[in-house]
Amino acid sequence: MSRAGGSARVQVEGVHKSFDLDGRSTPALLDVSLEIHAGELLCLLGPSGCGKSTLLNIVAGFLPPTRGRVLVGGAPVTGPGPERGVVFQEYVLFPWLTVAQNVEFGPRLMGKPAAGCREITARYLEMVGLTAHASKFPAQLSGGMKQRVAIARALANDPAIVLMDEPFGALDAQTREVMQEELSRIQRVEHKTIVFVTHSIREAVYLADRVVVMTSAPGRIKEIFTIKLPEPRDRFAPEFTQYEREITRLVKEEVMKVHE
Amino acid sequence: MIRALALVAMLIAWAAVSYGNRSLEVVMPVLLPTPGEVATVGVALARDGSLARNLLVSAGRIGAGFAIAAAAALALGLAVALYTPARLAVEPVIELVRPIPPLAFLPMFLVWFGLGETSKVAFIAYTTFFPMFVGIAASLLRVDVMLLRAAASLGATRWDLLHRVVLPAALPGIVVALRLGFGLAIFVIVGAEFIAADAGLGNLIMEGRVFFNPAQIVMGALLLGFLGALVNALLLSFERRAVRGRAPQ
Ligand SMILES: Nc1ncnc2c1ncn2[C@@H]1O[C@H](COP(=O)(O)OP(=O)(O)OP(=O)(O)O)[C@@H](O)[C@H]1O
Ligand SMILES: [Mg+2]
Repeated sequence: MSRAGGSARVQVEGVHKSFDLDGRSTPALLDVSLEIHAGELLCLLGPSGCGKSTLLNIVAGFLPPTRGRVLVGGAPVTGPGPERGVVFQEYVLFPWLTVAQNVEFGPRLMGKPAAGCREITARYLEMVGLTAHASKFPAQLSGGMKQRVAIARALANDPAIVLMDEPFGALDAQTREVMQEELSRIQRVEHKTIVFVTHSIREAVYLADRVVVMTSAPGRIKEIFTIKLPEPRDRFAPEFTQYEREITRLVKEEVMKVHE
Repeated sequence: MIRALALVAMLIAWAAVSYGNRSLEVVMPVLLPTPGEVATVGVALARDGSLARNLLVSAGRIGAGFAIAAAAALALGLAVALYTPARLAVEPVIELVRPIPPLAFLPMFLVWFGLGETSKVAFIAYTTFFPMFVGIAASLLRVDVMLLRAAASLGATRWDLLHRVVLPAALPGIVVALRLGFGLAIFVIVGAEFIAADAGLGNLIMEGRVFFNPAQIVMGALLLGFLGALVNALLLSFERRAVRGRAPQ
């Protein structure tokens, strides 16, 4: 059951964002317009510092855009809400709660009965492979384990929209592939609307319905690719490699600009 | 183990100095009481019930004053942390009054609240309020905004944010502030009881001075030390539970 049901379309309309640095207004996003369809997995790619996290923060409702607006299910975003789950780049687990209590945080807020909460928690801990670590505290986990707790915590709350900021960035290559397969499997069943930030072009081509490549800072949309590959995807198929090559070329152009 | 040894070593050093002085008479022997003399005074005070009475009177004053101050510091700390206009209004007042040594105000407390219990309790509350307020407000204000964002995107209401995120996140800092405040309460009770009291450990010490009984002075001071150490140990174990799971600071 998705709380927001079919109303999970996200429209980013003419969003500008500037930050004040020493009294000077510095642009981070320039006129970003984008429609994310309900049930779509959209990957954001772009050089470091181009504004990917900023865009995610605006959609999450943590930051107001300087200009423009974001609509979710047709209604303007004015703040954070449980229909938009967030997996933070820096995990942001609650350090005073155990792994299980972190995952249970959302369902308990929703007033779900205790037995239901335990069942949900067990299911998502199993999914991220942390069942054996349920009663540990975040300080006792490795970076990759923390990241998996953050993913489980966001998904356990069953949001219609999931905003994921480099959610697999701290994982080893093997765990990362397993998690990619798991996410792609969940997505084929649950059809959430997912915005997924990554630096891995392979990951983007494996997961995404569409890949958005952003320019170097201040971020604009450079190009949007629709990945027309059947699921589950074959990382070694020639078409897969073709997408990879094309997107790599574009991203590289932007990264080179940063170093000029 | 090391703690116990350190205490024994301290006792031995005291005994060596005081009994040594007994034979060498560097200062007048009565001015440097030996552990034995202090123990004798302690037993005598315990026998006639004045030890327990004085201890309870002081503990009662400390407890009441500290509780009032802790409640006020928590309430005002929350107001300041949650409501910016409150912070802007309260901060300058606190910063002006806080640096004044509380003892400077002690005579005023006697004038305002009389010589009875109220003046002592009020004085302790006044003294301990400031460091606790500053510590509590700071730890509430320092709560990481990212934790609030994470909770809000999981559906937390303002009330959820307060009692499920802000308070637990600030708890270790709050407990440290309470420990500081309690230490200060023990510090100032003696001053208050010196000036005007018919009972309490400060009074016991004053009596030792008036009747020229240094052993009783040392006894009173030791009791204060024990009281402070005991409560500090309780608060420490509470603190350990409060920081449960968090990386050692
Ligand atoms: N709170 C802030 N105050 C001032 N500047 C900010 C703030 N947050 C981000 N910026 C600036 O906005 C720009 C975009 O930052 P953002 O974190 O969105 O980049 P990113 O694309 O997520 O980078 P990365 O891939 O390294 O995570 C950067 O230049 C950054 O310095
Ligand atoms: Mg980022």
